[in-house]
Amino acid sequence: MSTTTVKANPFVNFKDYAGNFLFIFPAVTLFTIFYIIPFFQIFQLSLYDWNGISQTKTFIGLDNFKELMVDTAWWRSMWNAGYITLIALTFQNALAFALALACDREIRLKGFYRVVFFLPPVLSEIVVGFIWRWILNADVQANQHIGLLNYFLDAVGLNSLVHNWLSDPDTAMTCVAVVHSWKGFGWGFIMLLAGLQTIDRQLYEAAQVDGASSWSTFWNVTIPMMLPVITVVIVLTILGAMQSFALIISMMGQGLGDHTSVPVTRILSAMNGTKQFGYACAQGVTFGIILVFISFTLKKFSDRMKQA
Amino acid sequence: MKKILIFGFTLFAAIISGFGCAPAAPKTDRVVIWHWMTDRDKAFQELATQYEKETGIKVILELYAPSDVYSQKIIAAAQAKILPDIFGILDKKSVVADFINGGFVADLTTDFKANGAEWESSLFPKALSVNRFDENNPYKVTPGIYGVPIDVMNIQMLYNKNLLKKAGIAKPPATIEEWIEASAALKRVGISGFVSGWGELWMADAFASNYAFNIMGEDKVMATFRGEVPYTDPSWIKVFGVFADLQSKGVFATGIVTKTNKDAEQDFALERAAFAFNGSWCVNVYNEMNSKLEYGVMLPPVANKDRPMKIWGGAGSSFFVNNVSPNKVKAIAFLKWLTAKEQQTYLAEKTQNLPVNKLALATIPPILADFSLSMESTTHPTIWPLNEDALVIEAFDKGLQSIIIGEKTPEQVGADVQKVKLRQTEKQKKKK
Repeated sequence: MSTTTVKANPFVNFKDYAGNFLFIFPAVTLFTIFYIIPFFQIFQLSLYDWNGISQTKTFIGLDNFKELMVDTAWWRSMWNAGYITLIALTFQNALAFALALACDREIRLKGFYRVVFFLPPVLSEIVVGFIWRWILNADVQANQHIGLLNYFLDAVGLNSLVHNWLSDPDTAMTCVAVVHSWKGFGWGFIMLLAGLQTIDRQLYEAAQVDGASSWSTFWNVTIPMMLPVITVVIVLTILGAMQSFALIISMMGQGLGDHTSVPVTRILSAMNGTKQFGYACAQGVTFGIILVFISFTLKKFSDRMKQA
Repeated sequence: MKKILIFGFTLFAAIISGFGCAPAAPKTDRVVIWHWMTDRDKAFQELATQYEKETGIKVILELYAPSDVYSQKIIAAAQAKILPDIFGILDKKSVVADFINGGFVADLTTDFKANGAEWESSLFPKALSVNRFDENNPYKVTPGIYGVPIDVMNIQMLYNKNLLKKAGIAKPPATIEEWIEASAALKRVGISGFVSGWGELWMADAFASNYAFNIMGEDKVMATFRGEVPYTDPSWIKVFGVFADLQSKGVFATGIVTKTNKDAEQDFALERAAFAFNGSWCVNVYNEMNSKLEYGVMLPPVANKDRPMKIWGGAGSSFFVNNVSPNKVKAIAFLKWLTAKEQQTYLAEKTQNLPVNKLALATIPPILADFSLSMESTTHPTIWPLNEDALVIEAFDKGLQSIIIGEKTPEQVGADVQKVKLRQTEKQKKKK
């Protein structure tokens, strides 16, 4: 018996490497130019006291970050973003998953439902914000409610539920979170539906033959097979909800004190309102790091789940 | 492999060369203006065409709206040194000063003073003062006039004549007490009292500032800015108290704290509210929304009868000339032409804004003339000797919101604002 060993040709290897590298080089270059370099530039600016216009920048080291740590308005905005995220993770994704499961079955008009469910995400956030602003309007003219929701509640005799939705700190943020979920569930729906359709039907048939209940099939077949998609949907939901901004601006104007502020509105306010450009950069860097940390944690968690 | 290498290199080189381009050199056969005034764009374009016919110089107007987006664009363009020949700075005097000190804005004093100050004397002094920096100004700007106002504005209260009549109110209220009584009468006939776009915080700030001047006078307000009077002073508590009173007596319309000015304008134009707080630009807006609306102009009802009410006003919009533009002379000539009587009359007629040229006043519509009657009562942060710190203003405005939504008392807001004031004062001291 003879064995043949293929001797690696270093030149061929180099050519392969060079070829591969060349293919990813444009992408790496673009990523470096548009993400890595700006990130470090923003970090550099965050070490300065600068109003964004003046020719002089004062180096203040990590003072902006120190100030950020004790800025209650900033942490309040993080809390608000967390609240929107929580509603999105639960309400939005549960709705998306339920509808995806329904549309994965052989039901009538499922093509129509897919289009309808995907309509809100393709609408502009500003447009959605204005539409909901009108729906939640609390104004009255000639004893008639102008806002659709209050008008409806009044018409069906639920006058006690008529409310000043967007100007009450107790309801304003929930309204924003619900509208965000309404607008966003279509993305989750499409991704989860696509994931469900990649599951081999034979697995379900095998489970059926083994006498597994629907719940057991769902828990032991659907969920494990869907885990990678669910992880992606969760990560995208978190990133989308944490960075929600245009919707809040269009629904709330400049906001209701700190009750409806989110990190991006705080960054905008520091950059454009109070002209603390360096501080806004520190907020941006901190926020970016938090989001990257969340994404990596979820990735690790998902990997562990897959191994288990 | 060779093909791949050539393709990859070409693509990379193309991308990199695209990013490496220096900004194109500005063309010298035209004047480029960046503006934000959606309502005036058509009239500006027509004037630009007329100017080209008269002088042969092409004026290109580029519209970037809304105004906060415009502001960001201007700051970004200044940082990248690609400002157009003419632009606006929609911000506080301290920011205008930063632009001037940064070398972005041309000093127009010589042009205004030429021919026996012909240009300067044709315009309203109050409007010009917005862009004027005097000797020893706190911003360390070389004294001079740096901007050209193109219209005049003031922010007052408006009342709906028909709705007041319907509620049996004979004349618009002159004091807070009368205003509260009038609002109660309006409420009895199902009419909302007062609306304004306080979702845009600066408008609530302007309203509060009117009452600060009325209650304690300019000197004490400035003393507060200097840190000599605390926001917990009884006079300031009284200012915050005006908001608490008006809210508790049901004068404010529902949801006033999150209303945009556009929504508020719609409410007033469609007769959903009897009173509004808005600027003179509203004449054009109301006319477009409801041409049959019958309304009058009034100063906000006083809280202190011993001191006159002061309202925000002065230059409405101003243009600045790029100091490093090769078209500087042409740009200044165009602005001179734009502020001349004929063009100002045309703009006032087409856009229903108060003209900056005194001679054009004779031809304006009656409601605008009513607005112009109060120009003597105007003041504005851009002409104050100093401005409050931006973070203190933010805390102040949020405090006003807290009072309106019933979350905090005037005393609590005073204490909160003072806390921020002390922190900022300490920070400023450290900086020095």
